[in-house]
Amino acid sequence: MNPSFSANPITDLNELLQYPFMVNALAAATIVALVGALIGWFVVLRRESFVCHTLSVMSFPGASGAALAGLPLASGYFAFALAGALAIAFGSRAGARRSLSHESAVVGSVGAAALALGFLFLSLYGGVLESVETLLFGSSVGITVGQVRTLAVVGLLAATALAAIGRPLFYASIDEQAARADGVPVRALAIAFLVLLGLAVAAIAQIVGVLLTFALLVAPAATAQQLTSRIGLSLALAVALALLEAWAALTLSYFTNLSLGFYVTSIALALYAIARAARELRR
Amino acid sequence: MFALPFVRDALLAGSLIAVASGLLGYFVVLRAQVFAGDALSHVAFTGALAAAAAGIDLRIGLFAATVAIALLFAALGGRARADDVTIGVVFAWILGLGVLFLDLFNASSGGGSGIVGARALFGSIFALSGGEARLAALVALALIAATLAVARPLLFATLDPAVALAHGVPVTALGALFLVLVGVDAAEATQAVGALLLLGLLAAPAGAAHRLTASPYRGMALSAVLALASVWIGIALSYRVSSLPPSSAIVLVAGAFYALALAAGSWAHAGVLGWRR
Repeated sequence: MNPSFSANPITDLNELLQYPFMVNALAAATIVALVGALIGWFVVLRRESFVCHTLSVMSFPGASGAALAGLPLASGYFAFALAGALAIAFGSRAGARRSLSHESAVVGSVGAAALALGFLFLSLYGGVLESVETLLFGSSVGITVGQVRTLAVVGLLAATALAAIGRPLFYASIDEQAARADGVPVRALAIAFLVLLGLAVAAIAQIVGVLLTFALLVAPAATAQQLTSRIGLSLALAVALALLEAWAALTLSYFTNLSLGFYVTSIALALYAIARAARELRR
Repeated sequence: MFALPFVRDALLAGSLIAVASGLLGYFVVLRAQVFAGDALSHVAFTGALAAAAAGIDLRIGLFAATVAIALLFAALGGRARADDVTIGVVFAWILGLGVLFLDLFNASSGGGSGIVGARALFGSIFALSGGEARLAALVALALIAATLAVARPLLFATLDPAVALAHGVPVTALGALFLVLVGVDAAEATQAVGALLLLGLLAAPAGAAHRLTASPYRGMALSAVLALASVWIGIALSYRVSSLPPSSAIVLVAGAFYALALAAGSWAHAGVLGWRR
């Protein structure tokens, strides 16, 4: 295999699609970008972007623990991200009264402990050198058809659930007091959304790695919200940007032989920076 | 265990790095700058790998990157209030850049990137050579001395900046110096427990100390002692169980201390131990 860009995009596309691993990677990236952008849009609206980073780091010991136990990696990602989401959902009320500095010390320590645990599992597993980077920073190779199927099922479930709770969730995110007064179950919605976020984070982490989920989950949605305040338009834009980011990163990564993680994060930052600049200029 | 030179080197460097991190970490938590420590941990990874890609000593990249970012934070001061999303996108990109350097290093060295990458991310205190350990110990000793020297005015400036300023304490300069010290400490801790885990040594013992005592000097001492205990217990555990990486052991012990301190704090709060705060 000696990848090279030609001037003809059709030829390039044919070359990409001739390898099953690239087809799998593109399918998986498409699914996670779609679902991630929709859930990420609410994450930005609800200002929960750091929760999503924490959940993502928590899924690392899950994935490496699953590898150690001989289970499918996907089960580890989903189990730990969901457990983390529930822990945050039910623990946040108790944590709310604590001061900011203590809270950030807790978050930082939990993150470090989760990464330490994941590294421990990988060391026990023995395959530390190659797999550590794949789990942390993602990889476009090695995605199986079974993984794509799982992602498709989970993605469909998450999207359906989000569609079902979308309207009240939007209300509760915009004006919690008013929503509560109108009888919207604000707390139940918050918990349901955290569970959906856990699902999305676990799905995305399998493609871009646990440390870089931010780039595919939050960045496209934040970029879209910078560009327009119309709800439908900005949701559609978030999805389009996420797809563009995922496809462009995979293609560039394939043709230049550099890591997917570098391209995903660079494109995410570039799009976000352009959107911020455009907004400043319009003022 | 103490007869082995690599264990002695690890204990020497690890102990001093622990004390320095415990002392500085106490102020990091007090000043609510855990986020700056988090930023430095990302930068440490990318700096070390940039040096690897350029074919120079990893520590040059490590120290250059962390001190440069610390100076940048000091220069920005309180003016730059970035929102969560911007911070997250930039942090992710910094890590992405580190991955790029890892690729470049891999291409130029023909393999072996896994070891360098894993070492930058998760440290390997047992792999420090005698010279590396002694240098790390000396730098940590200097850090401890500098922290103790500024501890009193720094405490004053942190707790009540306005009054401190009125008393002629150079509050801004102290803040900048402190960030540089944290930058140097981040580079030191990266050699011990790795870039991704350095918050475990910087934030966890200090967070525990803040939970257990409100007295600043007792808190500083407790934070240093807890960090030191984490490193010692971690190294001993990892020596006994060879498949247990030292950095994981150290950070998990530190995390356990924090969890115990939180539990003790809430019991005390609930009056379980017979007293209320």
